[in-house]
Amino acid sequence: MPIKVLMPALSPTMEKGNLAKWLKKEGDKIKSGDILAEIETDKAMMEVEAVDEGVLAKILVAAGSQDVPVNTEIALIAAKGENVSNISSAPANAPSAPAPVAAAPQTAPTAAQAAKTVAAPVQSHGAKSFASPLAKRIAKETGIDLSKIAGSGPHSRVIERDVKAALAGVSAPRAITAAAPSAAPQLATGMADAVVKQLFEAGSYEEVPHDSMRKTIARRLLESKQTVPHFYVTADIELDALLKAREEINANAPKGADGKPVYKLSVNDFIIKALAIALIRVPEANVTWTENAMLKHKHADVGVAVSIPGGLITPVIRKADLKSLSVISNEMKDLAARARNRKLKPEEYQGGTTAVSNLGMFGVKQFAAIVNPPHATILAVGAGEQRPVVKNGQLTVATVMTVTFSTDHRAVDGALGAELLASLKGLIENPVSMLV
Amino acid sequence: MAQYDVLIIGGGPGGYVTAIRASQLGFKTALVEREHLGGICLNWGCIPTKALLRSAEIFHYATHASNYGLKLEGKMSFNIADVIKRSRGVSGQLNGGVGFLLKKNKVDVIWGEAKITKAGEVIVGKSTKPAVEPQHPVPKGVLGEGTYQAKHIIIATGARPRALPGIEPDRKLIWTYFEAMVPDVMPKSLIVMGSGAIGIEFASFYRTMGAEVTVVEVMPQILPVEDAEIAAHARKCFEKQGIKILTGAKVMGVSKSVNSMTATIQDEKGATQSITADSLISAVGVVGNIEGLGLEALGVKTDRGCIVTDGLGKTNVAGIYAIGDVAGPPMLAHKAEHEGVICIEGIKGLPVHAIDKQKIPGCTYCHPQVASVGLTEAKAKEAGYTLKIGRFPFMGNGKAIALGEPDGLVKTIFDAKTGKLLGAHMIGAEVTELIQGYVVAMGLETTEEELMHTVFPHPTLSEMMHESVLDAYGRAIHV
Repeated sequence: MPIKVLMPALSPTMEKGNLAKWLKKEGDKIKSGDILAEIETDKAMMEVEAVDEGVLAKILVAAGSQDVPVNTEIALIAAKGENVSNISSAPANAPSAPAPVAAAPQTAPTAAQAAKTVAAPVQSHGAKSFASPLAKRIAKETGIDLSKIAGSGPHSRVIERDVKAALAGVSAPRAITAAAPSAAPQLATGMADAVVKQLFEAGSYEEVPHDSMRKTIARRLLESKQTVPHFYVTADIELDALLKAREEINANAPKGADGKPVYKLSVNDFIIKALAIALIRVPEANVTWTENAMLKHKHADVGVAVSIPGGLITPVIRKADLKSLSVISNEMKDLAARARNRKLKPEEYQGGTTAVSNLGMFGVKQFAAIVNPPHATILAVGAGEQRPVVKNGQLTVATVMTVTFSTDHRAVDGALGAELLASLKGLIENPVSMLV
Repeated sequence: MAQYDVLIIGGGPGGYVTAIRASQLGFKTALVEREHLGGICLNWGCIPTKALLRSAEIFHYATHASNYGLKLEGKMSFNIADVIKRSRGVSGQLNGGVGFLLKKNKVDVIWGEAKITKAGEVIVGKSTKPAVEPQHPVPKGVLGEGTYQAKHIIIATGARPRALPGIEPDRKLIWTYFEAMVPDVMPKSLIVMGSGAIGIEFASFYRTMGAEVTVVEVMPQILPVEDAEIAAHARKCFEKQGIKILTGAKVMGVSKSVNSMTATIQDEKGATQSITADSLISAVGVVGNIEGLGLEALGVKTDRGCIVTDGLGKTNVAGIYAIGDVAGPPMLAHKAEHEGVICIEGIKGLPVHAIDKQKIPGCTYCHPQVASVGLTEAKAKEAGYTLKIGRFPFMGNGKAIALGEPDGLVKTIFDAKTGKLLGAHMIGAEVTELIQGYVVAMGLETTEEELMHTVFPHPTLSEMMHESVLDAYGRAIHV
């Protein structure tokens, strides 16, 4: 029997991915460890390695296929001695077909095979769902679950446009009704594409389809703004002491084999470290909201928003509270570089307990970021700039930056947010205290 | 001053159907008409031409009786006046029927020409349009000129023939469909300018009745909106019947004498030729009737002679709606009717969706007939689909052979990826009655599988619809 290559799950939460590219073609010899294909998930590009040896007999999911469900057969590898041409003509991905036991009556299915069959992903056939044949066909081919789609056809029948809208990550425009009070209050959906487009002259714009990163950003941030009650606290923080410390530390950095300093700390590295320590000192704020319980984290995992072409991604410095500034600094450089090449692994950007978003380099004075669940807080950092300040009744000049915490009020109340902010301010204005 | 919930301007198929639906929905409804209930469709378009074409069809069968083993003694002939009389009779009967339906549904009919003075108010005055003769009588019990108020005003004023500069219709030598429908004498020769549905139907009628007919089309194919393969098939049939067809050709000008005219025709390469005929039928499309309604003063947005709507009939001015030809292409009676119903149901607050224009069928009643819905092969390719195309010839169908109609083709176009029926294109006997099967299939979003599993009755022409789908997937039986 040919070896099935399945769509891999690159993370525990991954449900589907895009098959970006095949690096082997049908007929190619495959060794264990060969890279077969590249998979694009929400935010990263990953490689699929061959585990078995043989010949790539049949590609079942073409390059460029979007939203391929995890565990879908994407290719067949003929083991040694197997007839490749037979496999090529085998029915591709016959849904819910029982294992071809009848074809090999001489061998009873082994326990392992049986287990494999049971473990096969349960696919929704949509047989019982009220949907048009075309909607069912498209759902089957894209692996989308019809039972989760609201129908906009007559009698709420799911039709083609509903499935296409679901695939695009938006809900289809329902039939336009003058005043249809619905039983439960529903979140507003944006204007339908067609309505938006009507507002502009045809040909006066270019239409760029969303890639999966854009869709993910849109979905997650909309979800956050609609489900997370945001609360904001802002403060000015003086940077002079930190800048001085940074200068001294960088000046004294040891030289590596290449003659370059082994680290060069940025202000942002200090902010990451300070935020981690602040969260450990105010542990009630180092939390994640779930419906039934508060998750109180034992370490501070700090996400850092990195702007990349076409979007942004938030790699996470794990246990930043335990790491030295130089470790944080070098780790951050590596993560940022790989983020720009979309080479981060999902475990490098998923999770985290808080995040830092710094727009200081663009001269932004102050802004408020959107909490990125499962975080309970996010710190928005403005530019450090010289400002007049009053100290002991005297007007003087200091380097000051304005920062704003956005908090999930379900998890971090106002006073708690203020306490976290005060702790952060104390650490940055007196950087020596980070050493304690 | 009379107060209405809904006032509809124009009593064509769009207007009167909307009026009846409005009344069904409980609206107090009025309909303004200046000339004839049923509009162009029923008085000067769809219906009377079908009556003419039926006469031509029977004439054709009678003159080919021997093909069916029959013998007609003497010479089969006709008097064109009688053929026209029948056509007008059919139109008159249905015109009266519309009046009856409106009355039955308690729709007030106001006779005259409407002008919208402001949102919610219409002044009806005398018609400024010279009436086309012969006219059906004005229905009894209509309301007269005056000021009327209505919460919702729906414009359904339709369209009229487009005139090309220098070749303007003169009612004698240069005709529109109005004159072509009621000629004083049977013309011996005709030039038909434009090969859309209207042009081709008249070409087919007059050729069958014995006239020398030349069709001049500026596009590279006749029936320009149809699938190229179907259009090519049609051209072959028409040429076999003796219709002369010039494509990629343009009428540059005409010179008139007392009882004939000569058209100068230029081909793509710039070569010109002159053709003399008794008359020329100008069938180069229609333009919306947007004038005299007060639209400009109200700021109602128009584009290329049509009123701009949101697809549900709403214009940019609250309380003013437009449906049918005047709201843009495709300019077809069935589109107008459907658009009107959507518009009024939307006003009522019922759930509505704009028409999917890809699912509006088109029919041409020439011999052989042409009918289609959805994308042509070229358009489907342009849209980036990978196609599965099925074809089935009339020659392979038992019923077609029994009818003596072996000339025709049923072509179906599927998206290879999803099995979505993208388009269906047919030419041959009675295909205009068959196409609705594919329209229903498209509307229900069937894939090739449901069509393959459908049992088509035997022996019928509809079996070809089945075979064409099977052929798209390499499974046709009778070829």
